[in-house]
Amino acid sequence: MADKILNKIYVKVWRQNNPTAKGRFETYTLENISQGNSFLEMMDILNDQLIRGGKDPIAFDHDCREGICGSCSLYINGHAHGPDTMVTTCQLHMRKFNEGQTITVEPWRVGAFPVIKDVMVDRTAFEKIQQAGGFISVNTGGVPDGNTIAISQDDAEEAMDAAACIGCGACAATCKNSSAMLFLAAKVSQFAKLPQGQVEAKRRAVAMYAKMDELGFGGCTNTGACELACPKSISIAHIARLNREYLKAKIAD
Amino acid sequence: MSILNSKIPEGPISEKWSNHKAEIKVVSPANKRKLEVIVIGTGLAGASAAASLSELGYNVKAFCYQDSPRRAHSIAAQGGINAAKNYQNDNDSVYRLFYDTIKGGDYRSREANVHRLAEVSPNIIDQCVAQGVPFAREYGGLLSNRSFGGVLVSRTFYARGQTGQQLLLGAYSALNRQIAEGGVKMYTRHEMIDLVTIEGKARGIIARDLVTGEIKRFGAHAVVIASGGYGNVFFLSTNAMGSNASASWVCYKKGAFFANPCYAQIHPTCIPVHGSQQSKLTLMSESLRNDGRVWAPKKLDDAEKLRKGIIGPNDISDEDRDFYLERRYPSYGNLVPRDVASRAAKERCDAGFGVNSEGKAVYLDFKYAIERLGKGTIEKRYGNLFQMYEKITDTDPYKEPMQIYPAIHYTMGGTWVDYNLMTSVPGLYAIGEANFSDHGANRLGASALMQGLADGYFVLPYTIGDYLAGEIMVPKIDTNKPEFIEAEKAVVTRLNTLFNIKGKTPVDHFHKKLGQIMWDHVGMARNEQGLLQAIKQIQELRAEFYQDLLVPGELKNVNPELEKAGRVADFIELGELFARDALNRNESCGGHFREESSTDEGEAKRDDENFAYVAAWEFKGVDTEPLLHKEALVFETIHLTQRSYK
Repeated sequence: MADKILNKIYVKVWRQNNPTAKGRFETYTLENISQGNSFLEMMDILNDQLIRGGKDPIAFDHDCREGICGSCSLYINGHAHGPDTMVTTCQLHMRKFNEGQTITVEPWRVGAFPVIKDVMVDRTAFEKIQQAGGFISVNTGGVPDGNTIAISQDDAEEAMDAAACIGCGACAATCKNSSAMLFLAAKVSQFAKLPQGQVEAKRRAVAMYAKMDELGFGGCTNTGACELACPKSISIAHIARLNREYLKAKIAD
Repeated sequence: MSILNSKIPEGPISEKWSNHKAEIKVVSPANKRKLEVIVIGTGLAGASAAASLSELGYNVKAFCYQDSPRRAHSIAAQGGINAAKNYQNDNDSVYRLFYDTIKGGDYRSREANVHRLAEVSPNIIDQCVAQGVPFAREYGGLLSNRSFGGVLVSRTFYARGQTGQQLLLGAYSALNRQIAEGGVKMYTRHEMIDLVTIEGKARGIIARDLVTGEIKRFGAHAVVIASGGYGNVFFLSTNAMGSNASASWVCYKKGAFFANPCYAQIHPTCIPVHGSQQSKLTLMSESLRNDGRVWAPKKLDDAEKLRKGIIGPNDISDEDRDFYLERRYPSYGNLVPRDVASRAAKERCDAGFGVNSEGKAVYLDFKYAIERLGKGTIEKRYGNLFQMYEKITDTDPYKEPMQIYPAIHYTMGGTWVDYNLMTSVPGLYAIGEANFSDHGANRLGASALMQGLADGYFVLPYTIGDYLAGEIMVPKIDTNKPEFIEAEKAVVTRLNTLFNIKGKTPVDHFHKKLGQIMWDHVGMARNEQGLLQAIKQIQELRAEFYQDLLVPGELKNVNPELEKAGRVADFIELGELFARDALNRNESCGGHFREESSTDEGEAKRDDENFAYVAAWEFKGVDTEPLLHKEALVFETIHLTQRSYK
């Protein structure tokens, strides 16, 4: 199937030279873009055009370009990862756009994710949440045989549903409160479904929750926007489980 | 006598590792606290090594170019991880995994290393389960397995089609725990630009802070390279956009020999190239070959109509489909190793049976599996892969077969290491895909994850002690020593050179051109004339690069073009060495296929008499030919035969 060519599109991008500089939108015109191209390939073509024209190319995060590393993080036409569902920006294709359309590209707008340059943001806050308790405290070696712990298929599947989180930040970027609850819930819920996670369950839920608050993410008001934006379709049921884990820990205190 | 000392322990194969562990030195806990180790890269090998070394008490500095260690490209591995658990009672064993890996690698890997890999493989599964990795389970709650190419048992553990992600997140969680406890200092968005050696020993690195552009010095008692492979020398590959060989390459230039660069794996099942603006290729997991059947049309006429879009694959009846892998290799069928499957696809397409508009694709069909097992089962097994395929191609693989074509995926060659995983520079180690040792000329599916984690969790933490035990009297490395100052100066000069060329052409142009040369002459089939031509073209490209490169932006700011320029400069040099190695190795083995060395049936023909060695290249200057050192491969346990999967 031959893909159609978009003769002309307009790309309106957030430009900001460094964290303290004042940002602004710039609009660029692109011609002859195949709809078979991925969105980031379109950005590559735009950058090539900018460089050849003596301008500074647009800085954006990207790496695996197959939807799993979680690097790419663009807010496109008012949607985290753009108008398609269940995809990251790198999996979005130009088929989703029309001739003559203006495409607005912004960074994640979250207080805890300051802009580094253009549409590239600093997600170190997510690292800190994981470091606060997103692990099971076992050293290398000296662990029992893998089959000594039987785990029901349903529990393993549910843990895997949560563990599929790629840490991109679309949930927080979409949330009107800039809450990181879905990100946090994905990890807490994964371990809550597994026997290995029980030993440190209380400490984990409380510590990770406290760290999220401390870093300036907002609270959850159950709007469910995060679930829709999540490229891995992680359900807000995991937030409910996080809340249960948190409550259990607090009551036990 | 070669100057290469592989330090393979004496004794029977199954006792070498235990004997060696008993003999190597151990550093006391009090002394570990005084020693520092730098780890470059945070994929499976790097993250597991950094976490494990820190747990032992060493002070670790870990580096990655991404904004988080979790984004290393191990995350993208789909299908699974092998381990000799024999949970399926199908007569698997350490010996069988060892044997399959040696055979799969076409008898070009070291027996002792591979046996050790097979020995520690069961521990990896246990470790990952303890970390909370949600492996697939059977109804009874025990771990589930699937089959992979090149083997006759089921030993592959998996977490849907995201096994690499889950294993990496396990190692990442262990790393996070160490970061929180202070044992690991993590440097994200930092790229190693040079290795610092003092009196011949690795003592630190020079890195660029990719946010501020600042050049920084870091000292340590040992340096570990875990920065992956060099598949991106082909520009189009399944590697991440940022995957690069620069850390390994600067080590090569500082005296670490580079081994078997011509061994690159071409994965048979990738989504075909769609046009000239494509930036990367996407893999469809090998696990799909468990249930998908590979075919091309039997009739040239049908192929022609498919290419023109006059008919679709479902219009072709079963009798007119050529299931060429089942036809040529009845005993392994669709599960032949990757190199064999890739060449067979190329053979069909070259003969005119390719099915997409460029004639560079064959089908991977799930119709039969869906009829047999139902759509639900297939969805459960491969749902995320099918979704990925549909998003990219706009075609529903539940209804129409996938189009696939081979693409560069993994590099078996890499920095030469001895049995301790130490390179030819004392105190410098290479682990995971970055080293050369375990996969020979072809890697079996689900073995990359196994090797990365084996090196990081269970091999390096032991073997590095043998070296560091001799360093306990060495105080904290002073980064104001002249060697550090010199290295930093050289880095600044190099970056200024790239930045100040101010030509007309962005770096991607050179990278694509290099990739095209590599794919045309150093790809799936190689011959002397093509390789000589490639070397000449790469040299010309290098000259052009240093005259016409245009790096925009600022040196002291985020500058992805500057990062790419440095990486591509190194890839150009590496590409030349790659072609030289392919030229030198006038035999076909694994992923390396020399047209001059094939059987009448077109199968690869190995030449054990002349080429049963590791080719380790020593840098002698950019414009000087490198020096070849040969490490003879001695097979004490396994008898060498021509590989057959028929």
